[in-house]
Amino acid sequence: MRGVRGRSARSRAAAGAVAALLLAVSACGGGGAAPGGGEVAQVGPDGVDDGATLTLWARDSLETQTNLLVDAYNATHQNKIEVTIVPNDDYVAKVGAAAGAGGLPDLFAADIVYVPNWAEQGLFQDLTANIDGLPFKDTLNKGHMSAGTLDGSSYVLPFVLDLSMLFWNKTLFAEAGLDPEKAPATLEEFADAAKKIQALGKPDTYGTATGLNCGGCLVFTWFPSMWAAGEQVMNPEGTESLLASDTATEVYDTWRDLWASGAVLPSSQDEAGPTWTAGFNSGKVGLQPYPATLLASVQQTVDVGVAGIPGPGGGASTFVGGDGIGVSKDSTKAAQAWNFLAWLMTEDAQVEVLAKNNDVVSRSDLATNRYATSDPRLVTINEVAAEGVTPVARNFQQAFNAPTGPWLTLVREAVLGPGTALEQNNEEITAVLGQ
Amino acid sequence: MSLDVPTRPPSTPPAPPAAPRRRGRRALSGWLYATPTAVFVVALFVAPLGLVLVMSAARWPLLSGFRGWNFPDNYAKAVDNRFFLDSVVFTVKYTVLATVLLIGLGLGLALLVQESTRWKGLLRTSILVPSALGLASASLLFYVLYSPLAGPLSPLMAELGATFLGTPNAALWSTLFLIVWRYAGFYMLLMLVGLQGIPVEVYEAARMDGASRWQLFRHVTLPLLRPTLALTTVLCVTGSLLAFEQFYILTKGGPDNSTISVVQLVYSVAFQGQNDLGVAAALSVLVLGALVLVNVLQLRAFRRPEEGT
Repeated sequence: MRGVRGRSARSRAAAGAVAALLLAVSACGGGGAAPGGGEVAQVGPDGVDDGATLTLWARDSLETQTNLLVDAYNATHQNKIEVTIVPNDDYVAKVGAAAGAGGLPDLFAADIVYVPNWAEQGLFQDLTANIDGLPFKDTLNKGHMSAGTLDGSSYVLPFVLDLSMLFWNKTLFAEAGLDPEKAPATLEEFADAAKKIQALGKPDTYGTATGLNCGGCLVFTWFPSMWAAGEQVMNPEGTESLLASDTATEVYDTWRDLWASGAVLPSSQDEAGPTWTAGFNSGKVGLQPYPATLLASVQQTVDVGVAGIPGPGGGASTFVGGDGIGVSKDSTKAAQAWNFLAWLMTEDAQVEVLAKNNDVVSRSDLATNRYATSDPRLVTINEVAAEGVTPVARNFQQAFNAPTGPWLTLVREAVLGPGTALEQNNEEITAVLGQ
Repeated sequence: MSLDVPTRPPSTPPAPPAAPRRRGRRALSGWLYATPTAVFVVALFVAPLGLVLVMSAARWPLLSGFRGWNFPDNYAKAVDNRFFLDSVVFTVKYTVLATVLLIGLGLGLALLVQESTRWKGLLRTSILVPSALGLASASLLFYVLYSPLAGPLSPLMAELGATFLGTPNAALWSTLFLIVWRYAGFYMLLMLVGLQGIPVEVYEAARMDGASRWQLFRHVTLPLLRPTLALTTVLCVTGSLLAFEQFYILTKGGPDNSTISVVQLVYSVAFQGQNDLGVAAALSVLVLGALVLVNVLQLRAFRRPEEGT
């Protein structure tokens, strides 16, 4: 008996210790508050290039472009930039923790839809005076610049533009008897093409694909269909959702019909983002609204055509996404950091790095550069970029990107569910936007 | 902890000159021995806990830090969260299932590998190997296995017309499978230690009295295994109530927000949208309170009847 009792007491102590440890773990996470930051030093239009070491954070979606840009900068400047690439899903958490602890890097890129909120929270230093000094200021991408402007002060410059474009697989188009050189002009033609490719009955090959459990993917690829038909998704203040409009309903119904007819890649149903582009990239999907930044990599495996995303009844638009970049509130080397930003806007960076990699340039006066004109697809992308939209709302992440957000509930109910709660789900988005 | 060593300051006027000096030195060395532990406890447990309590009573946005006190508001918001009730119900359901499965399987496997002789080593090792894998890595492994696009089981899924993570129930059971695969060996090991601590003489005596196999198990093994069962149940319940990685990686709370665990709710309030550390901390404090309560009740329940008096 004694032995048993002794053991029981010991195991209770052990259990207590384990519980205490677990509590300690659950209690972690946080950091102190360190508001502040200052004005970027007034040191001439190009900043300072004195051999300083700068840190830069970016998310993994833009890893290729970030590395190309930084390598080019490091090769031609005395300043050296050290890049940290952070997984997309962890980026907000990492920036948030660092902001609270006063440990932000000198430069960091931010998904352009988060920029209004982050600028308001004081994460970026005011760059208005420096940006006003740029001779080509008026040619910078309007969507990005307006997202990064708060009460007349500018906080970010466009880092990399990522547009959503309709990509189609020319080989599959030809096999299905469609014109491989002609893009579907309306959302109806898009659905029709997807069904025709599905009808080929090729194993593992599907008409189209999307990420039905990925709010960011759906915003990026479905909003343009609504804009193309002249509809808005939110009021101009970004506080009211307009996603129950007739046009929006037509978009959901088109996808609902595609899903019901089996023309959508089945894994799209649970796709939360990590592999939403993989099917098209491996040539198994006929056509799909797709991120234009992936053109360089996708054209290595697929003969691809590119057009704006059509809406119901026609038109074309795009979501001007991607990242803005600014100098963080915690940076003590703002003058050196500005040197990188100023270089980023030059022809050397925009044309010889970004355009050379088939990316879109951030300056409209460089849109018809020698790389862009050599490939008609890039001309298309640059043309559509001018008609694109960058939606601005303070609670964008919570309403649209969050895995538990109301936008995902709305889409899943409208496309996969009974499709009867649209009005109510739209009001739920408005409630979150208005908080 | 030995912090109750007499702590008279060394400057006290010496009555007999030798003794107090020795006592003072002893007190000092006592403090020195205790310091490392005390530093760790304060830095790693007391300070974070205090910070969470402060956060839970303050307006504390993720990106801007402390913004003044607002005591009960965060708790009200935490309870009003539209996923609060769902996540509590789901977490409890998951905890019950995981605990029953793991304790049952752990005990069964322990009895199995204790009995068999020839393949004992191989069997024990192969059941234990998954425990060497981190939970996050294991979740990623199963993410690929379950993927209808890239996984090796995708042809099977296409044939059945169902996916592992496609419906709420499928997602729950697929996650439970991962957890059982990952932890069954660990619980087997704990049970094995408990089993081997039972004296052989007790079994011999029972057998001489003519006890059957079932009677042996019911009246000898189970009662003498009580402390081990208490430990494993506390571990399993606590671990399951704090479940996060598996759902964060495998299901992300989906499909249709059906698999949100409480800790995942804390994470999403803090980092995925609301970015409100105050409300997240309030949720954490509620979870902490619930855990302490559950653990106390569990240890009560496992106490021997005669101990309770």
